[in-house]
Amino acid sequence: MENILQLLSNPIVSAVLMALAPLLFILPYALVTIYIEMKMAAHIQNRLAYMQTGWHGTLQPFADILKLLQKEDIIPTAASKFLFILAPYLVFVGTYSSFAVLPFSSAFIGSNIDLGIFFLIAVSSLVVVGLLMSGWASNNKWSLFGALRSAAQIVSYEIPSALAILGVVMVSGTMSTQEMTHFQDGGIGQWIIFGGNLPLWQKLSLIPFMIILFLIYLVSSMAEVNRTPFDIPEAESELVQGYNTEYSGMKFAIFYLAEYANLFLVSAVVVILFFGGWTSPFGTFLSGPVWGAFWFVTKGMLFVCLNIWLRWTLPRLRVDQLMYVSWKVLTPFALLCVLAIGLIVVM
Amino acid sequence: MHSYIPIILMVSVGILLGSVFLLLHRFLGPHRPNPEKLSTYESGMPPVRSARERFSVKYYMVAVLFILFDIEVIFLYPWAVNFRTLGLFGYVEMVLFIVILLVGYLYILKKGALRWD
Amino acid sequence: MNLYDIIFYFFAVVTIASAAVVVFSRNIVYSAFSLLFTFFGVAGIYVLLNADFLAITQLLVYVGGILVLILFGVMLTTNVVSVEIKTGTMQTLPATIIVALLAGLLGGIVWTTDWFVGKRLSEVTSQTTSKEIGTALITTHVLPFEIASVILLVAIVGAAMMARRERSNTNI
Repeated sequence: MENILQLLSNPIVSAVLMALAPLLFILPYALVTIYIEMKMAAHIQNRLAYMQTGWHGTLQPFADILKLLQKEDIIPTAASKFLFILAPYLVFVGTYSSFAVLPFSSAFIGSNIDLGIFFLIAVSSLVVVGLLMSGWASNNKWSLFGALRSAAQIVSYEIPSALAILGVVMVSGTMSTQEMTHFQDGGIGQWIIFGGNLPLWQKLSLIPFMIILFLIYLVSSMAEVNRTPFDIPEAESELVQGYNTEYSGMKFAIFYLAEYANLFLVSAVVVILFFGGWTSPFGTFLSGPVWGAFWFVTKGMLFVCLNIWLRWTLPRLRVDQLMYVSWKVLTPFALLCVLAIGLIVVM
Repeated sequence: MHSYIPIILMVSVGILLGSVFLLLHRFLGPHRPNPEKLSTYESGMPPVRSARERFSVKYYMVAVLFILFDIEVIFLYPWAVNFRTLGLFGYVEMVLFIVILLVGYLYILKKGALRWD
Repeated sequence: MNLYDIIFYFFAVVTIASAAVVVFSRNIVYSAFSLLFTFFGVAGIYVLLNADFLAITQLLVYVGGILVLILFGVMLTTNVVSVEIKTGTMQTLPATIIVALLAGLLGGIVWTTDWFVGKRLSEVTSQTTSKEIGTALITTHVLPFEIASVILLVAIVGAAMMARRERSNTNI
């Protein structure tokens, strides 16, 4: 027993454990979310979805994994083989390493770097390059166009989302995700969407701008995960599957897993930025490291469900509408909000 | 810089996991290629020419604009972290910075560079 | 050799190897994708130099922006993509002279610079670089900072001109 404890306190061993921990979350999370998404989609559209595999189809995600494992791995002859294999790695690594800066609770964060939220913005660019790589390597028209659209879309929506995050950084005065959460500790009234723990009149005047920033971030995060209403890159009726048309078997599964991991990631960022991260909504009641993880995951899943809800309710935007929203609506509004928040905080 | 080591480890875990998935697949999945199966998917038709054709220069424009605004945002971040200690002076500096760029933004808006048609 | 040395050599090898692919690859798209690893390796070395803000900015601007721009640019030009570029040796003499001059210049810089040798990495305690950068930008270096915004403005105007020319003579 003592040996094990000693081993655990070794910095290298604990760092390896820290690096593996998000995986233990992502895999079960993906299974649950795939199920939730299919069920929610079905009920929104007034049908039943899976009913055969297990009780109400609960075993369906496992069946899906078995199916994917048994699929043949096809690399088209026209594709560039090396880049074709490399692309899923890039997408997955980009998503997975972002989990390093998510503070799951006051006691657990993969890597408490000082520039946490800034790192999150930067690493998502790895995903863009991965998508472009998959599209080009496939040498398929659907894939290439899907990848181009996807890259243009993610890149356009990164500006408003970075500006929205900037507004939160101005209020909290830190880029570290853990410190940002500590700033909001102390109940629902201390969350940044309600102005953080600033003096009362500042809080009150900040609330409208914070709500605008929250909406801006929500919309751009939905665009960054390429889901309806922003799913032009893989609009089924136009582009088959977009950038991953040629991918099959486990390579497709990696893209799929990365997509769901990304969905939680952006929801978690919303929670960290505006809804208090792991802090309990009741102040000190039900708080602590373990409850912290509970609150963090619960809040994150709420936003994941919001994303699913919107995906199955809203129609798809056209490309020109997409660019219009990003460049002509969200960006100027975010800039004006930043100026206004600056004025309120500095007064 | 200790805190960056977990990130490096997580990158390696990501690569490792991908490799494990693909290896697992090699043992479990079938491997029976034929020319039809390995041809590029084009809605069931034989593929016409290569996919690597020309595409619209608009995508290039989006990337150019992204870089410009991205650099602007990056300049704003170090200021945002300690702007409460910098006070009104820092705020005025930043308003100047943002206003100069807003002029540029209005210019491209007027020129129609943001129109996607 | 401690952990930091191993990490340093790893990033150095990644940077140099991928840079070699950029230069020697016969397919220009492979060169462009290889740049990703060069930028990544350089970012890693920045982190080791305790310049974490610079490292992440490197990722954000170079990988997220410049590389995507280069990829779009390369993919836009069909002829370059489908035909492999011929790499051969031509104009050996001017090339040799230019390379020699450049090498001399770089060597001179390396020789004359008074290199700052800091503490070993393992001795450096982590501190917040972003706050210091922010303070420096707003106080001591406020003029270059404001000039940067003017330069960005000029670049935006240039981009708008490019977009306008594209619109007037094509409608793809």
